Amino acid sequence: MTTPTVEPTADVLPIDPFVAAFAQEEEDAVATKQLVIVNWSGELDRIWPTLILASTAAASGVQCKVFVTFWGLLPFVKDGVRLTGENWMQKMLSFMQRPGIDHLKLSKMNFVGMGPWMIGKLRKQYKIASPRELLEACEALGVEFIPCQMSMDMFGIKREDLIDGMGEPAGAATAIELMTEANASLFI
Amino acid sequence: MAVTDIATTVDAKGLSCPMPIVRTAQAAKTVASGALIEVLATDPGSTKDFAAWCRSTGNELLEQSIDGPVYRFVIRRK
Repeated sequence: MTTPTVEPTADVLPIDPFVAAFAQEEEDAVATKQLVIVNWSGELDRIWPTLILASTAAASGVQCKVFVTFWGLLPFVKDGVRLTGENWMQKMLSFMQRPGIDHLKLSKMNFVGMGPWMIGKLRKQYKIASPRELLEACEALGVEFIPCQMSMDMFGIKREDLIDGMGEPAGAATAIELMTEANASLFI
Repeated sequence: MAVTDIATTVDAKGLSCPMPIVRTAQAAKTVASGALIEVLATDPGSTKDFAAWCRSTGNELLEQSIDGPVYRFVIRRK
């Protein structure tokens, strides 16, 4: 009886590059945590934490998506756009609450702009990043902003009114799917 | 540690939360894996924040020191 000769094996088994790539992909998928923020408010004192958390999440390797709805849409209107909407009510709303990232009001102690002016002064004094700077950081780090289609319709805000970094508009079902699949979700 | 080992320095002095972290994350993308990043910051919250950031990103916090008002961190890129 002869024993079959065994070929001497190399110390290190060759790794199939396809398998290696797949394993790496799987590892990355497991490692990536997700944060979803529903950005409902267009007020300075809420947009700020939204953008701080979103930029920090993205900087920490957490995939961050922000669902932008209701008043929350207004800060994401482009710089040059002053009035939004088609009918007089929509135009009136955007007249009363000026859209854009530089024209945010406080939820309390607004005092016809006195509050935001003082906050702006303090912000500069303490070298705190402005909502605009934070929004730019979010875009650079790949935070995904998803505008709410229903809110856009109600305010008469068109896609071209919103900043270029906005994603494809979506609805509540998308928001629910994002929130239930994320590791953490916030409504701000 | 020799200064020449540092691949890039992030000067975040004077900046408030979250910009030191944001700038460091952006700088980390420009260096190779294993490279050292030096961060200079004056935000007192940064001592806790850089430790947390390193834990959540898998980067390694090698050194942490204080020189007057300036906090210095040396981080090894994952």
